[in-house]
Amino acid sequence: MTTITTRDDDVAAGTRATDREVPRRRSRRRRPSGGRVLAWAALAVLLLVTLFPFYWMLRTALSTNTALYGSPGSLLPVELTWGAFERVLGTATPQEAAAEGGTTGSIDFWLYLRNSVVVATAITLGQVFFSSLAAYAFARLRWPGRDAVFFLFLTALMIPPIFVQLPNFILVRDLGLLNTLTGIVLPFFFMTPFAVFFMRQFFLGISREVEESARIDGAGHGRIFFQIILPMSSTPLFTLGLLTYVTAWGEYFWPLLVGRADESRVLTVALGIFRSQTPQTGPDWAGLMAGTLIAALPVFVLFVVFGRKLIDNLGYSGIK
Amino acid sequence: MTSTAAAPRRRVRRWGDLPVAAVFIAPAALGFLAFYLVPALRGIWFSLTDQNLVGSGTFIGTANYQEMFADPLFWNALRVTAWYVVINIGVQTVLAVGIAVLMHRLTRSALVRGIILLPYLVANVVVALVWFWMMDYSTGFINVALDWVGLDRVAFFGNEALAIPTIALINVWRYVGYTALLVFAGLQTIPGQLYEAAALDGASEPRMFWSITLPLLRPVLALVLVITVVGSFQIFDTVAVTTEGGPIDSTRVIYYYIYQQAFERFDLGYASAMSVFLLVALAVVAYFQLKIMRSNQSDLA
Repeated sequence: MTTITTRDDDVAAGTRATDREVPRRRSRRRRPSGGRVLAWAALAVLLLVTLFPFYWMLRTALSTNTALYGSPGSLLPVELTWGAFERVLGTATPQEAAAEGGTTGSIDFWLYLRNSVVVATAITLGQVFFSSLAAYAFARLRWPGRDAVFFLFLTALMIPPIFVQLPNFILVRDLGLLNTLTGIVLPFFFMTPFAVFFMRQFFLGISREVEESARIDGAGHGRIFFQIILPMSSTPLFTLGLLTYVTAWGEYFWPLLVGRADESRVLTVALGIFRSQTPQTGPDWAGLMAGTLIAALPVFVLFVVFGRKLIDNLGYSGIK
Repeated sequence: MTSTAAAPRRRVRRWGDLPVAAVFIAPAALGFLAFYLVPALRGIWFSLTDQNLVGSGTFIGTANYQEMFADPLFWNALRVTAWYVVINIGVQTVLAVGIAVLMHRLTRSALVRGIILLPYLVANVVVALVWFWMMDYSTGFINVALDWVGLDRVAFFGNEALAIPTIALINVWRYVGYTALLVFAGLQTIPGQLYEAAALDGASEPRMFWSITLPLLRPVLALVLVITVVGSFQIFDTVAVTTEGGPIDSTRVIYYYIYQQAFERFDLGYASAMSVFLLVALAVVAYFQLKIMRSNQSDLA
């Protein structure tokens, strides 16, 4: 740690340090500034390509459907209106919907939205909690057969989900849970191999001294887990929770199998059905984009609130 | 007194924390047994029966497998899926490494990383619908833009040769940021001194990338590749909401074909046989990937 700055120092010092280092680093490497300009341009193009589809969703959703066909290239909304959102959320009358060229069929978006919230919330709470319990037993407790059982859990990571989802469909059918939210939640509620693996990695890294001093004070494993380990693990718990929520929210295949009926339909399935029901000629694009925006919204909100933690801790999940 | 106390202590050593562990692990073990282990065994059994959606099946031996190996649509599905995986993983991996190196070199801004991650947070179905709209032949923005620059419009989803590449690239858009952040985390484990030394020796940026970054990134890349390749084989959502397998079977990927056999033709037995095949194929692919990339060894040691 003398005058030579390493990349690792940059990491520690954060963005501001990087800015300061730029001229020095460049001269040190004798890089032409042209390359750097090019690199920034590439990054700008990348961000544009990433963000443009989101803008296009908004632009389309705020247009009337009839006007969309007249000026498909307009970068701004054409005939700016909330009509598409009103159509999707059921506050528009059929006459209003028809006037804007939208579908007049009723779609119970609020119900699907509620279903999605219930499903994703239940899966996240159950999966993160039960997987953490198991991960603690794998990481911190000593019992015969532990590593063999953990290895068995891990093999499930490599299984293509469809392989177990076909028999799971029969199981849910036999339990009488087809077309219920319980049926959609159940297979993801108790664990996923990934969640157990993720939390175990974190628990392995906690110093043993923390537990040992608590044990000397007479605390049992239950108390150690709930009063010491869990509070220490808020960051990985949030990261895992957010990843689980995003995955559960976006799940399409399983709810399509077991929750196709109206009362148990989640947003992703509803959007797929909405799309397949629109006529090939002149679909209600404005309505569809309004629907997709609403479907994307809760995850965006979570991301704005907790995103920083997720970004900073993504390494855990991939690098293992 | 001493003799009675000694026995439990020995037992404690033998069984360790088993009673507590059993309580901690019970819910997850229940979930694992009910929704992974037993279904896996049942799936293999189903593949040997004529199981349908409503009743229960009877044993028919290897008939499903014989049907499968003679089914041109099955082989077509494998071919289409392999083509999808090659394009999807090829483009995504190269781009992700590029983006990660770019970020590593230029900025540590959390905002940039946040934006890069954004598409991953949106459901597959939503991503598929947005691009389906933007690539619409008559009113989609991309075709309108092609018009502006004087090029012919392209039927991205209607053209047999283009449908799979189109779907593969749409999913690159969704997953590349996530993959880039995983690679980015890997880049941060490479000691900066290596680059310092290389720079002192007058190495160019490309030289440093090929001689330092890429070799040291190999263990991370191997794991990322195993995860993304297994995931890529599961392409279903995008196909289901856009092309539904068409035009002329050109996007009928293996997942979609299994789904159709099980839930449109109610032949769960045949669908199970194909998913057993998929399981074995993926295990073989993962095994060779790990072997080739020697992911458990690091050049840093």
